[in-house]
Amino acid sequence: MAISGPFNAHIEAERLHGSRGGFPLFADVSFSLKPGAALRVTGPNGSGKSTLLRMLAGLIRPDAGKVTITGHAPDAAPGETIHYLGHLNAMKPQLTVAENLDFWLRFSGGAAAEGGWEDALRRVGLSRVRDLAFADLSAGQKRRVAIARLLATPRAIWLVDEPTAGLDAASTVLFETLIAEQLAQGGIVIGATHVPLGRDEGWQTLAIDPATVREPVAREALAP
Amino acid sequence: MRALFLREIRLGLRAGGGALIAVLFFLSVVAMTPFAIGPDMKLLARIGPAILWIGALLASLLGLERLFQAEREDGSLDELRLSGDVAQLAFAVFIKCLAHWTVTGLPLVLCVPLFGLFLNMEPLAIGASMLTLAVGTPAIAFIGAVGAAAGVTLARGGLLVAVIVLPVVVPTLIFGIAATTGAIDPVTPFLAPFLFLAAITLFFAVIGPLASAFFLKALDE
Repeated sequence: MAISGPFNAHIEAERLHGSRGGFPLFADVSFSLKPGAALRVTGPNGSGKSTLLRMLAGLIRPDAGKVTITGHAPDAAPGETIHYLGHLNAMKPQLTVAENLDFWLRFSGGAAAEGGWEDALRRVGLSRVRDLAFADLSAGQKRRVAIARLLATPRAIWLVDEPTAGLDAASTVLFETLIAEQLAQGGIVIGATHVPLGRDEGWQTLAIDPATVREPVAREALAP
Repeated sequence: MRALFLREIRLGLRAGGGALIAVLFFLSVVAMTPFAIGPDMKLLARIGPAILWIGALLASLLGLERLFQAEREDGSLDELRLSGDVAQLAFAVFIKCLAHWTVTGLPLVLCVPLFGLFLNMEPLAIGASMLTLAVGTPAIAFIGAVGAAAGVTLARGGLLVAVIVLPVVVPTLIFGIAATTGAIDPVTPFLAPFLFLAAITLFFAVIGPLASAFFLKALDE
């Protein structure tokens, strides 16, 4: 796939160790992604996919190892390079779809996409519901609005956690198209998912296998 | 940041936002007091400012624990934490506190002329109470933000926030009442306690958001 686009960020994970509530989840996770690369994180429930994604976003500190993101302004906040879409949609139920998207567009740093959030909402096929309260949408529609947030402010790296949960078949295909566009622009997509997220062969797979981690690892033992 | 302020105001005014709840709580405290005191109009007028201050103080604590908890429940807190470094997050918290006060604290101040009548207060006492409450109550929001940030992961953090916050707002209460008394009573000074009150609010306007931002950044989840 030809890469031409504004993004030029690299993300590198070096020997990441993660745990949840003191229970070790994964150890020695390393990878390096170039512009246009896509990584699928797979593993059974509770294996630490979400923890890894939140670690990459900077919301959780790794027990050991480090995450390096290069290719953006050195003083840029993680939020200006990374879009994180977790299990929650980060939208206020009391506000309308338009108010929610408009807020995130204005609040987040960085340039807005051409066409603003209106265009992003049109691309996920939800222009009709722009004046409905977010609480009144169906689960799938809520997810699509959350995806529209990713489109409204272009950012190099997408970290998406079960992004297609609740989406119907047509919307899933639509999201795959959006991911392909993001990759074609030189963006990076890392997705934790049980389902394939793209039709392309370009995806790398990182399987987290809980069986590889047996003993709790002491923080000190891992320090370089 | 203007967008954040407007969003907070909208959220506060929509259903379940808590703007009305604080006023209703304030009204209940003020309306119950004369029944508890009995038919002593002089006593009522004398303790009026204190009742207003205690009522406003407790009413301001309502809903404070939701300041970050609501954000955490719908995932917005992740975005806020990612949006910048500690200083930028502190500024966002400052804006949130300001909006919270505008929605819940300012209506309390504006209710004082009416509620003062319930307590048989003179116009001068009502004016003094309004002024000191307007200057003093923002401090409660700024201090409360620290408690709200510390207790953000606790399901029932409301009481904890109140317990953390109350000892720290005691100086605000002391100087607020002292300034109000100073304005009414020609013998006691007004300016010194009033300036202290303003200084406390300004102090916590800086310290509160910074401390909350540190708590939120340190969240490891």
